[in-house]
Amino acid sequence: MMTSFLFRAMDTRAGIFLAIMAAVIILVPAGNLLAPEGSAFHVPNYAVTLMGKYLTYALLALAVDLVWGYCGILSLGHAAFFALGGYAMGMYLMRQIGTRGVYGDPNLPDFMVFLNWQELPWYWYGFDMFWFAALMVLLVPGFLAFVFGWFAFRSRVTGVYLSIITQALTYALLLAFFRNDMGFGGNNGLTDFKDILGFDIQADTTRAGLFAASGVALVLCFIVCRALTRSKLGKVLVAVRDAESRTRFLGYRVEHYKLFVWTLSAMMAGIAGALYVPQVGIINPGEFAPANSIEVVIWVAVGGRGTLVGAVLGAVLVNFAKTWFTGALPDIWLFALGGLFVFVTLFLPKGIVGTVSQGWTALRQRKVSAAYEEGSDEPPSAPPHSPGAPANVTHSKRAPGAAEPQPAE
Amino acid sequence: MARSSSLLYLDGVSVSFDGFKALNELSLTIGPGEMRAIIGPNGAGKTTMMDVITGKTRPDSGEVFFNGTVDLTGEDEASIAELGIGRKFQKPTVFESHTVWDNLELALKAPRGPFATLFHVISGAEKKRIEYLLELIRLGGKRGELAANLSHGQKQWLEIGMLLAQDPKLLLVDEPAAGMTDAETAETAELLKDIANDHSVVVVEHDMVFVRSLGVKVTVLHEGSVLAEGSLDHVSANDRVVEVYLGR
Ligand SMILES: Nc1ncnc2c1ncn2[C@@H]1O[C@H](COP(=O)(O)OP(=O)(O)OP(=O)(O)O)[C@@H](O)[C@H]1O
Ligand SMILES: [Mg+2]
Repeated sequence: MMTSFLFRAMDTRAGIFLAIMAAVIILVPAGNLLAPEGSAFHVPNYAVTLMGKYLTYALLALAVDLVWGYCGILSLGHAAFFALGGYAMGMYLMRQIGTRGVYGDPNLPDFMVFLNWQELPWYWYGFDMFWFAALMVLLVPGFLAFVFGWFAFRSRVTGVYLSIITQALTYALLLAFFRNDMGFGGNNGLTDFKDILGFDIQADTTRAGLFAASGVALVLCFIVCRALTRSKLGKVLVAVRDAESRTRFLGYRVEHYKLFVWTLSAMMAGIAGALYVPQVGIINPGEFAPANSIEVVIWVAVGGRGTLVGAVLGAVLVNFAKTWFTGALPDIWLFALGGLFVFVTLFLPKGIVGTVSQGWTALRQRKVSAAYEEGSDEPPSAPPHSPGAPANVTHSKRAPGAAEPQPAE
Repeated sequence: MARSSSLLYLDGVSVSFDGFKALNELSLTIGPGEMRAIIGPNGAGKTTMMDVITGKTRPDSGEVFFNGTVDLTGEDEASIAELGIGRKFQKPTVFESHTVWDNLELALKAPRGPFATLFHVISGAEKKRIEYLLELIRLGGKRGELAANLSHGQKQWLEIGMLLAQDPKLLLVDEPAAGMTDAETAETAELLKDIANDHSVVVVEHDMVFVRSLGVKVTVLHEGSVLAEGSLDHVSANDRVVEVYLGR
């Protein structure tokens, strides 16, 4: 059962993606640790961290693509799940500081001492253990998503209303985490981390390790998403996206499907956040900002929604551009981002990957039907599977000459 | 007909939208294995009646029973579909970004839960059934085509195929011939008659030629209730029906 499930995940596109990821996961840390400084193959430290950050963003984008691209749930609040995962990891990292904090308190993080707290709040218990924190990275976003989704999907909140309440969710969390008495460091958040699993968090090897871990997490989540979207469940998701009530009348409980992917997606976002925090060295309420969630949607739109690979590509490209712009032309970035979004919406509605693969399919179909017209006996029947179920199917791209008998003839 | 011996039993069903009565004390009974045609002018409440039966709209009052015992007013769309009531929409609704094959596969009778579908592997029997349906709806050559690329008539047929794939006891078919050529309409009538051999069918249609070719009992709806019932010739001879259709 499991093998056929995973076997389904593989095809050419997935293979290319995985090969590239394998190369990146091996070569970047190798170039950083093994190649001597000054060598053409040397990857500087800052680049490792930067690219590691991109990989966690890519994972976040993947999570958004799963719900938006395949199930039509436009989440404008996924950064909330990302930040919650980040906070769970941040709490672990805070507890690892121990007596090395400014106040040297073995139990209380500095900000609690500063606030004159006498003991650790109950919800910080257990975070000194990595396994517990790792579990919370999954469970906290997962639980919140489950409860939120339970109410939203059962009352059939869809479309723009759902998007608005996801924004409200992340905004509410933003305000809550800003408060000092929440016990998460308020405005300043959690920072000054020292080590993770006993390794110095600043060390080159740790950073390379975190980079590789981000890459591996991305690959694993990609395989899960891929297997899922190519299963019958994936087809049901696309059916929900395209014609929700039809799906209901076929007997599918749409709300169960939505709840399932929504919760899974939130957990993936949590993993992304947990890998992000040790690499950037801080987590603060700013990560809950509504604009962050919107940016993720732009990455996915640019890369091509409903393609998975596109989400990764979009996240990396847009963030690379962001890094470049904020260095070279800091004032222009937001305009450039807005412009990019408008451009993609108007001219590349399927995003980069969607457009490329559509062109590829059209080309192949034309070849096949040309062969058919030349008198080969095989009718041009494509394999009985939707080609990746791209979003926004154009309704009139019949290949010329491929017309077949109508039912009435 | 008594409720206990009926397949579908509606009694005194009323539905109003903002004070407007779309269904007004509608009573209707369909027997097991029966095929029934429903006609009526625009806005008569035909689609609303299907909405009530399939759980999309809750009636304000009245009873709706399936199989004589199952109260449909308490069930949602998914469980009504599971009970064995399939529905074709007035506007053909298929999954546009899925292939014809996948549309049928999704409709096939099979466990509907997320975990069942996640690990589902299509069986030989399922493949055979899809092949059979493709043949029946004459879309065999289009199996790999996206449903979005089908013509209007082909979409109607695909949707009928999806309905059959569910293997329901009762099929509710809303305007199956809309947008079809005369030849296609005639074929659709033949197809539905075939289907009626081993299913109960309720067909809503405006096309009188089509209704006549079905040759079954006709119910005329008007302003949310039954105006006349009987053979097509019988109801066409009814003065009120003529009046309603001529729109005086
Ligand atoms: N959701 C709704 N809200 C308000 N009014 C509605 C709603 N659904 C239907 N109606 C109204 O109820 C009446 C009956 O509509 P219905 O769609 O059942 O008619 P119909 O017999 O199917 O007509 P047609 O032949 O045009 O399909 C119409 O006047 C319609 O405007
Ligand atoms: Mg109607």
